[in-house]
Amino acid sequence: MRHVAVAALLTVAACKPPPDDRTSLPADAAERGKAVIERVSCGSCHAIPGVDWPRGGAGPSLEGFDDVGLIAGALPNTPGNLAAFVRDAPATKPGSTMPPMPITPAEAQDVAAYLYGMKDE
Amino acid sequence: MNKGVASGIMEALWGWPPPVLDPAGPYASSVTTLAWALFAMGVLVTGIVVAALYVAIRGPERWRRKLGGEKAVWIGGIAFPAVVLTGLLIWGLALTASLTEPITGREARVRVTGEMWWFRVEYLDPAGRVIVRDANELHLPLDRPVVLELRSADVVHSIWIPHLSGKMDMVPGRINQLRVEASRTGRFGGVCAEYCGGPHALMGFVTEVHEAANYDRWLAAQAARQAGAVAPGATPGEPAAVARDPQVPERYDPARGWALFRDTGCAACHRIAGTEANGLAGPDLTHVGSRLSLGAGILPNHRGTMMGWIADSQSIKPGNRMPSYDRLSAEELGHIAAFLEAQK
Ligand code: HEC
Ligand code: HEC
Ligand SMILES: [Cu+2]
Repeated sequence: MRHVAVAALLTVAACKPPPDDRTSLPADAAERGKAVIERVSCGSCHAIPGVDWPRGGAGPSLEGFDDVGLIAGALPNTPGNLAAFVRDAPATKPGSTMPPMPITPAEAQDVAAYLYGMKDE
Repeated sequence: MNKGVASGIMEALWGWPPPVLDPAGPYASSVTTLAWALFAMGVLVTGIVVAALYVAIRGPERWRRKLGGEKAVWIGGIAFPAVVLTGLLIWGLALTASLTEPITGREARVRVTGEMWWFRVEYLDPAGRVIVRDANELHLPLDRPVVLELRSADVVHSIWIPHLSGKMDMVPGRINQLRVEASRTGRFGGVCAEYCGGPHALMGFVTEVHEAANYDRWLAAQAARQAGAVAPGATPGEPAAVARDPQVPERYDPARGWALFRDTGCAACHRIAGTEANGLAGPDLTHVGSRLSLGAGILPNHRGTMMGWIADSQSIKPGNRMPSYDRLSAEELGHIAAFLEAQK
């Protein structure tokens, strides 16, 4: 019995993905991020997985965004850059056509967590 | 649907409890009572029929013979339905008599015009003059009957506020009157209930019921704003837009937004009271900053939806009669949004 338990424990431990600053973002941050996305309606300019309405077209669709290499074709796609970009795009990427959004830096980090954790079909 | 971004339409159709079963006024409540009574009668009759069927198949011989006799047909097939249906009819007519009570002319009046694909809303004074022009939103006083004067600017529409009343058509060239009364404060969704082409499914509005005194104060304030002229060169609207996050520098300037609003052509379709912006093709924007929804009851109203709507309303409400402004820069969008937010 003990052996089985130890073996099970080892298997579970072995399954844990290697620490990666993307996947280790806590799930509740993503949850909060989704609430922020809905509160300020990022969806009025973007199609966002998990957000049914609205799905506006002024900005690019964010389907599959977690695999994109550069944010808005300019910034390396890291959580820090993404959080800065979604809060104040023109300050992060001069000339960006996405207006700044009324969210706090902490909320911006939650939003980034959500955008990385999205499950696309 | 996402409850988080609900506004007019979603509340009218997806609200819980279902708005048609959750009356917030005397007219809707008599209809709901009648509906429940009919439903209960239906259940009772179904029960009787099922019981009779059981008797006919499995019941004792003596009962089966009775059920097949002529007397059973006379009683169960003719006398019972005649008595019950007549009773229901009389009771139902008495219950809904209030729906057809004549309009006295002393009620407050609001003119609501269906347009493809939004609602023009005008508040009238007792003499029938328009004192406030607004859109996509209906404000009502608590416990006071209000007559809606329903018109259409183009095709047949129909107005429906499930919490408050039944549907009433809006027919071109005709004025239909619908009396509504609310017995509970709150916000209730409304929709267009007659297919009117294109984005008909995205044509709605929000109704807000205020305490009577608050309503009077609200109406007086709106009327005062609408009657006042804005000095040439001045920017209409409240001076300071509220920045939700004090850490975001308010770099957007309503005065520049106002200049863009005139130069980009918005003023040709939209009116802002007291200014040269007097377009009538689109919703009146004099009070758009305090509007509860955008796009005719389909979006909540805040910075993100305001900019998204202006930049590309066609992707949100395909086919609507406002062009997308995808050539505006982020800065220009921000200025215009700050300006519109200040129009309270
Ligand atoms: C007014 C419209 C508008 C709103 C509202 C808006 N965006 Fe954007 N967004 C844009 C535009 C336009 C771009 C393209 C910017 C560029 O290329 O510089 C963009 C780009 C982006 C990108 C980069 C996409 C890519 O493929 O590289 C992300 C991520 C993003 N937005 C997230 C958000 C989030 C999160 C919100 C809500 C907090 C939001 N946006 C709100 C218009 C908007
Ligand atoms: C060709 C006429 C036209 C022009 C030009 C136009 N609009 Fe509109 N606008 C409309 C119509 C029509 C609607 C209603 C659309 C609907 O809901 O079906 C509308 C809706 C709106 C709304 C939402 C109002 C509400 O209560 O839901 C806003 C805000 C708005 N317009 C702002 C602007 C701005 C800012 C500009 C200039 C950049 C502009 N419009 C230019 C016709 C126009
Ligand atoms: Cu319609």
